[in-house]
Amino acid sequence: MTASHLTSSPVYGLMAEFETPTDLVHAAKGAFEAGYRKMDTYTPYPLEEAAEAIGAHHNRVPLICLIGAILGMCGGYSLEYWVSVVNYPINVGGKPFHAWPAFIPVTFECAILGASLATVFGMLALNGLPQPYHPVFNSPNFVRASRDRFFLCIESQDPKFRLDDTRRFLQDFHPSEITEVPY
Amino acid sequence: MSFYDNPDALPPKGVRPPIIGPGQDLGTVTDRIGGVVLTRHTPVFWIIIFAIAAMLAGMLQTAIGYLLFKGVGIWGINIPVGWGFAIINFVWWIGIGHAGTLISAILLLFKQSWRTSINRFAEAMTIFAVMQAGLFPLIHTGRPWLAAYWLFPYPSSMGVWPQFRSPLIWDVFAVSTYFTVSFLFWGIGLIPDFATLRDSAKSLVVRRIYGMLAMGWRGSARHWNRYETAYMLLAGLATPLVLSVHSVVSLDFAVSVIPGWHTTFFPPYFVAGAIYSGFSMVLILAIPFRYLYGMQDFITLRHLQNCAKVMLATGLIVAYSYGMEVFFAWYSANKYEWGMMWNRMAGPYGHYYWMLILCNIVLPQSLWFNRVRSTPWLLFLVSLVVNTGMWLERYVIVVVSLQRDYVPSSWGMYWFTKWDVMTFVGTMGFFTLLFFLFIRFMPAISIFEIRSLLPQSKVKE
Repeated sequence: MTASHLTSSPVYGLMAEFETPTDLVHAAKGAFEAGYRKMDTYTPYPLEEAAEAIGAHHNRVPLICLIGAILGMCGGYSLEYWVSVVNYPINVGGKPFHAWPAFIPVTFECAILGASLATVFGMLALNGLPQPYHPVFNSPNFVRASRDRFFLCIESQDPKFRLDDTRRFLQDFHPSEITEVPY
Repeated sequence: MSFYDNPDALPPKGVRPPIIGPGQDLGTVTDRIGGVVLTRHTPVFWIIIFAIAAMLAGMLQTAIGYLLFKGVGIWGINIPVGWGFAIINFVWWIGIGHAGTLISAILLLFKQSWRTSINRFAEAMTIFAVMQAGLFPLIHTGRPWLAAYWLFPYPSSMGVWPQFRSPLIWDVFAVSTYFTVSFLFWGIGLIPDFATLRDSAKSLVVRRIYGMLAMGWRGSARHWNRYETAYMLLAGLATPLVLSVHSVVSLDFAVSVIPGWHTTFFPPYFVAGAIYSGFSMVLILAIPFRYLYGMQDFITLRHLQNCAKVMLATGLIVAYSYGMEVFFAWYSANKYEWGMMWNRMAGPYGHYYWMLILCNIVLPQSLWFNRVRSTPWLLFLVSLVVNTGMWLERYVIVVVSLQRDYVPSSWGMYWFTKWDVMTFVGTMGFFTLLFFLFIRFMPAISIFEIRSLLPQSKVKE
């Protein structure tokens, strides 16, 4: 038995094209049940069922958001404290230097700012974007993934991947086309 | 002509217009919305309006240039009215921005799927409106290069820092955060649509440009999953943010001791007014847009009606607030408060007050009628009236309270100058300029979100 997945394969994977989201989800579920794990679906709009079908319904974006919020909050408050109490204490109408209620609005805004920046850039980083090149774009009809077609790609890195077997397996779900995706 | 043939015909009684016109599918949605951007043909009306907007933006440049040369003496501000057009316009513009975030964030959390057709350009409207608003604090001293050290906390060579116990510095943080978060929200919403434009563009250059903007987006399920989470989180973050921004703006007034400003109910009153003016601005933009670009299938009467209903609701909150202002002034038994209110109604600026009541309370009551809510041109007129009224509201709040406060010997009058008007009208031009560039080069309706509303996009069991 050759371990084709261990050597560098000339194929990135097999791309099956579907006309409806229902067919795609059906195929993705089938592939997941058959033991394929290294695969992805490509859809023109978010399709929750597809993500669930390939076992991708958890992500770490909320955690990153929370960390950003905490950092922003602490950063905002410490800035105010340091400026108003330590570095530049200035008496305005006898108000206390450490006037914590007056510090809340800026602390709140900084928490939101930190959380939002962390969420967006965290999401992009987890997605590996910006990414100038990706093999799936070599698939001839893939431009329709951002329009009206639904794609399932089983990657050659998957331990269960065998070019012929996987092709036959995908055929059972009646895709409109199956193409090999070159690197 | 039946309602189903003409998207603008009055719907039969009991029938709600659809969110998307009939006969659209995944492909046609892409072509209709993307086509506005990808066509090589720029419509004549676009060129005309763009040219006018560019001229007005040039006027803004002139006004700012002369301001930097001469100083704020060219404006109508004086002692006692030290706050004039600059703050009025700042509050007006920032209020307009609020509807964008409300539509994109709050309505998303409430799963109001009709928001999808209008959220993209409402967000653009927010960003451009906040940019206009942000201009005024920057230029209002006439010496913006000196403004940095008291606006932003940076280690200046003078060792001077901003005063964090003042609402004015809260405002800097609130507005800059608001701008950043709105920009991020708008930006990540655009990524999948840029990918669509990249894939449908014919010319290589166009494909490259949108390709770079799309950052390699490929619609992967894992990506969508994180994307949707991030989008929801941003909506959750933007919701309290948008409420905080106009609250903080109102604190600029409420924390002071000026009669007519020193009230605890300013924050909710300002937020309601902001949403009121923002929705009217959405309609001012949406009604010509859907007509000029033939987008009646995506921005249907349903959207216009719903915006009108939000306007009516927030308008009633605003009306209640005006009533409460009068009541508080009387109930406080404070002669300065009551004197201010009397001056507001019957003083030298009384006609502004009654115009404001007419524009913001009386005329918008026409929105109770379905016929008005379903007739785009009438709705457009009401929206113009409301936005005028909201500007007058800020004028009345700012000028009348400052004009006569505690000591009659320090009373005065405020007359705006042509430079004030040029700056204000100029920002409208600059806003329109940015908005028209946006319509021409970016999908003004969110393509991927519209797709997910189509019946065929649902997974059948």
